[in-house]
Amino acid sequence: MSPGERSAAAAMNSSRVVIVGAGHASAQLCASLRQEGWAGEILLIGDEPCLPYQRPPLSKTFLAGESALDELLIRKPDFYDKQAITLRCARVRSLDPEAREIRLGHGETLAYDKLVLCLGARPRRLVLPGAELAGVHHLRDAADIEAIRADLPAARRAVIVGGGYIGLETAASLRNLGVAVTVLEAADRVLQRVTAPEVSTFYERVHREEGVELRLGVGITALEGDGRVSGVRLADGDLVAADLVIVGIGVVPNVEIADRAGVSVEDGIVIDSCGRTSAPDIYAAGDCASYFDRRQGRRLRLESVPNAVEQAKSVAAAICGREKEIAALPWFWSDQYDLKLQIAGLSTGYEEVVLRGDPATGRDLACFYLARGRIIAADCVNRPHEFMFSKRAIAQELAPDKELLTDLTTDLRSLLDRSPSRAPRADRS
Amino acid sequence: MATVTFVEHDGTVHQVDHDEDGSLMEIATNHAVPGIEGDCGGEAACGTCHVIVTDEWAGTVGPRTGREQQMLEMSPECEANSRLACQVAVSSAMDGLKVRLPEFQM
Repeated sequence: MSPGERSAAAAMNSSRVVIVGAGHASAQLCASLRQEGWAGEILLIGDEPCLPYQRPPLSKTFLAGESALDELLIRKPDFYDKQAITLRCARVRSLDPEAREIRLGHGETLAYDKLVLCLGARPRRLVLPGAELAGVHHLRDAADIEAIRADLPAARRAVIVGGGYIGLETAASLRNLGVAVTVLEAADRVLQRVTAPEVSTFYERVHREEGVELRLGVGITALEGDGRVSGVRLADGDLVAADLVIVGIGVVPNVEIADRAGVSVEDGIVIDSCGRTSAPDIYAAGDCASYFDRRQGRRLRLESVPNAVEQAKSVAAAICGREKEIAALPWFWSDQYDLKLQIAGLSTGYEEVVLRGDPATGRDLACFYLARGRIIAADCVNRPHEFMFSKRAIAQELAPDKELLTDLTTDLRSLLDRSPSRAPRADRS
Repeated sequence: MATVTFVEHDGTVHQVDHDEDGSLMEIATNHAVPGIEGDCGGEAACGTCHVIVTDEWAGTVGPRTGREQQMLEMSPECEANSRLACQVAVSSAMDGLKVRLPEFQM
């Protein structure tokens, strides 16, 4: 061991990592830090009174009452004991990069050697008259869902504000519970921000078949009711009756404590390719962080579990003195009814789409996004084969024959470049 | 108490004692076994918990589902006994279970 390595190893034994926030990135950090050899203290500070849990099931099985919170824990309580990770429930009020301290809500200060900000994001609030009425909910954490569940027994007519993934997943869950659902969307199609029109058409059809009323291209002026919500007033004067309103209109990253401490923020907390912020020994990961995506050639702030996990792995490596760039292909998933959507890559900048399947019928579809003839992204509904194909095709910058791609009889494996020089690993199949 | 053995691609062995009934992926991640990611939390959506069951355990563990098949057959490292660990239910009766890990997760 060189003197430098010895001092790094000594630091890893006696130093303290403080992780602020207790979501997916934080849970991954705990595991990855130990796997990378961090032997020092790990202190995880979250503001919810529970261990890190899976958030994606909140709008699905948890809302439906099919899973309890302790079944959703990302890692079991034992894990934290065995890995010697200390958990605290507290709100972090501020941080002081010069003194290397954070200050908690009740005034206590805590010193750190390495600090990781996994602050997440919070739901964008509806700012309208009546938004504070009982029966109006936002959706982010377990407590939000518990509040919705408390309202469910009396709910007959739900209105979902926002036709994005959260809104549509919630609509599907409520339909499965037998609640009448109307989705209000300002754009002229659902998922407008994230998918091609063909995919929007597919989801609109399925939701209508499932009995959801979709009202597209509508504005909202107020929520009405006497103490408890009874309807949503639209810009055209219509009143949509509702005894339950769920708002899913996006999230706002939690960057304020970083910003106030002088840590660089551009939409998210700015991190380099290994998760370091502009302040020494402060790192960030997950929904709150903005990183430079090489494929897109620009800064991105992604809101997804895989992104949080990937960035956490890079941060853990960086803290332990190893460079591991944030490089994994972004991907996402969304479950609605029996539809399992898997998305590979980012479609921003696409020039054309190639479909495998028909959006007008059935319960499956693959939509490939191409730019300059190459596949850059794919939305795959109940088509895991196409999803896994797309991950490899995007990595290979594959420019496929479009007729073969759309032909359901084509074995997609035959389109992949299998030469050892291009394949990411030896092909032993 | 039952034991599961995970063998990394480079031969590193991780022997895990557990008394949980859960998926093989959960057992691996709860014991910080490197090389099993389980990014999607067990939805068979990510394909990052690929394991290859040793021949002597393949019959007990059983075959992969249609969805797993579609995910796994795109992996260059897919073998006859490949499974997604999140879809393998492990009981304490499966004492001694042994699986290998691929070089890369997809």
